[in-house]
Amino acid sequence: MPTHTLRAKHRTSTLRTLAFLSPWLVGFGVFFAYPLVSTLYFSLMRYDGFGVPEFRGAGNWTYVFQDYPMFWPALRNTLWLVLVMVTCRVVFGLGIGLLVTRIKTATGVFRTLFYLPYLAPPVAATLAFVFLLNPGTGPVNSALEGLGLPAPGWFTDAAWSKPALTALALWGVGDLMVIFMAALLDVPKEQYEAAALDGASPWQRFRFVTLPAISPIILFAVVTGVIQTMQYYTQPLVAGKVASGVIGGSGQQFEPGYPDKSTLTLPQLVHNLGFQRFDYGAACVVALVLFALSMAFTALLMRSRGGLIQAGDR
Amino acid sequence: MTRPAPSPPGRRTALLHWIAVHALGVAAALFFTLPFLFVVLTSLMSDQQALTRDLVPDTWQWDNYRTVWDTPGFLTWWRNTLLYAGLGTVLTVVSSLPVAYALAKFRFRGRNLSVMLVISMMMLPPQVVVIPMYLFWAKQLDLSGTLWPLIVPMAFGDAFSIFLLRQFLLTIPDEYLDAARVDGCGELRTLLRVVLPMARPGIAAVALFQFFYAWNDYFGPQIYTSENPAAWTLSYGLESFKGAHHTDWNLTMAATVLVMAPVILVFFFAQKAFVEGVTLTGTKG
Repeated sequence: MPTHTLRAKHRTSTLRTLAFLSPWLVGFGVFFAYPLVSTLYFSLMRYDGFGVPEFRGAGNWTYVFQDYPMFWPALRNTLWLVLVMVTCRVVFGLGIGLLVTRIKTATGVFRTLFYLPYLAPPVAATLAFVFLLNPGTGPVNSALEGLGLPAPGWFTDAAWSKPALTALALWGVGDLMVIFMAALLDVPKEQYEAAALDGASPWQRFRFVTLPAISPIILFAVVTGVIQTMQYYTQPLVAGKVASGVIGGSGQQFEPGYPDKSTLTLPQLVHNLGFQRFDYGAACVVALVLFALSMAFTALLMRSRGGLIQAGDR
Repeated sequence: MTRPAPSPPGRRTALLHWIAVHALGVAAALFFTLPFLFVVLTSLMSDQQALTRDLVPDTWQWDNYRTVWDTPGFLTWWRNTLLYAGLGTVLTVVSSLPVAYALAKFRFRGRNLSVMLVISMMMLPPQVVVIPMYLFWAKQLDLSGTLWPLIVPMAFGDAFSIFLLRQFLLTIPDEYLDAARVDGCGELRTLLRVVLPMARPGIAAVALFQFFYAWNDYFGPQIYTSENPAAWTLSYGLESFKGAHHTDWNLTMAATVLVMAPVILVFFFAQKAFVEGVTLTGTKG
C-alpha cells in the first residue's frame, strides 16, 4: 500500500477518535480544566462577585489558615471521620457481607432489606435520623432509657454529633455490602476445604484464607471511603440545620457546623465562604486544599488499580 | 424409658450455626428496616402525638399525605426533579456512550492518559470548581435560579458514567466488532447496531445511578436555585419544608416518605431488569 493512503487512513482514524471523544473533550475543557485554572486565579484575588477582582497575593491563604475560625475545626472533623467513620463502615460492611453470604434462607429478602437504606435520598435519610435520634422524643433514646442506659444528645451535642452521623453512615452500608459479598463469593472454595482439612478453626480460616483473598477490595473500600469523606456535605449540613431548628429554607443565615462547629466539613467551607460571606478568593483557597487532598487519595487508588477495575465491574 | 437418639455432633453444630446466623440476620434486618417503619408510623400521627414518645398512631391520619401533596410548591418540586433526573439521565447516556466506546475499543495515543483523567474527574468533589462555574452560569449566562446549569453539563459526558460504561464495554469481545466492520459497518453503525444491544445492562446501570444522583443531589440545586423556589427539586425543597413546619414532625415525615418512595420503587422495577440483563450477557458468553 502506498504511504500516502496509509497516512490518510491514519488521519481519518484520528478524526474519528476525536469525534467520538468530542462530548467529553468539551466537557473536560469547560467543566474541569478551565474552572480549575480559574480557581487558582481567584485564590490570589479579592473578589465578592461585583466589580473587578483585585490582586491580593497570599492574603487569602493566610486568612484561611490563620484567621478563618472554621478551617481547622473542619479539618479536624475530617480526620475524625476518616479514622472512625470510614473504619466503622468498612468493618461493618465486611461483617454484613460475611453474614449475607452465610444466610441460606430467604437470601434475596435479606439482601434487599440490607441494601435499601443505601438508596434513601441523603436529605430524607438525615431528616429521618434527626427525628429518630431526637434526645427528647425519639424512639432510640426512649429505648436506651428503658434499658437504663445513658441517653446522649446526639445531633444536639458536640460530642455526639459525629457518632450520630456515623450511625447514619452505617445504616447506608449497602454499597460496601455488595462489593464485599461479590469478593467473598469469589474466594475459591477449595482453599477453605484445604484449611478445614488442616484443622484450621473458623477464625484461622478467616484470618489466613478470607482476609488475604479480599485485601485488595478492603483497600479499595478504605480509599474510596476516604475520598467520599472529602466530599461529605449534605448529611452534616442538613443534620446541623435541622437539629439547630433554623427556620426558613434558603438558609443564607445558617452558620454551618451546629452544634459548636462539630459537623463542619471542608466542602461546607467553600459554600460558607463563597455563598454566605461572598469571599470568593478565600473559598477558592479551601477548594484547592480539597482538590489536593482528593487527588492525593485518587493517586493512591490508581496505584492499586486492580481493585478499582474489579469494583467498577460489579 | 427410651433416650432420644443422639444427633451426630456435626449436624447439631450445623443447626446451632444456622440458628446463630439467622438470628444475627434478623437483628441486622431490624437495624436496617426499623428506621423506615418509625418514619412511616410517625407520618400517620397527629401533630400532637408526633411530639410524644408513642410509636403507634392513635388515629391513622392518612390525610397528612394529602396535606403535604397540596403544599404550595410541592408539585413543582416534583416536576423539577423529574426534569433534572429524567433529561439529565438521557443526556448523560447519549453523550457518555460514544466516549466510553472510544476509550474501550479504539487504539490511539493518549488513551491511558484519558482514562486517568476521567477517573480524576470522577473523584473531584463538585465544590472544587463551583466558584468559577457559578460565576460562569450566573454572571455570564444569567442562568442562576434555573436547573440548566445542572442539566446542560450532562450533555458533555459524565466521568462516572464514562468510566462504568467503559468497564462494561471492555467485557464485549472484539470479534463481534470485527465481524460488523468486515460487513462494512462504520464505527457509528457498529456502536448502534452491535454494541448498543449488548451493552444494555451496563446502560441500564449507568442510567439508574445517574437518575439517583440527580434525585438525591442537594448541593447543585442549593447553589443554583436557592433564590428561586419555583426551580427547587424535592431533595432541596424537603429541607425547607422542615423549616416551614418545624414542629409538625408528622408532615415532615410524610414528605420524607414521598421523597424516598420513588427511589425505592424504581429500584424494585430496575432490579428485575438488572437480573435479566446479567442473565442475557451470561448466555451470550
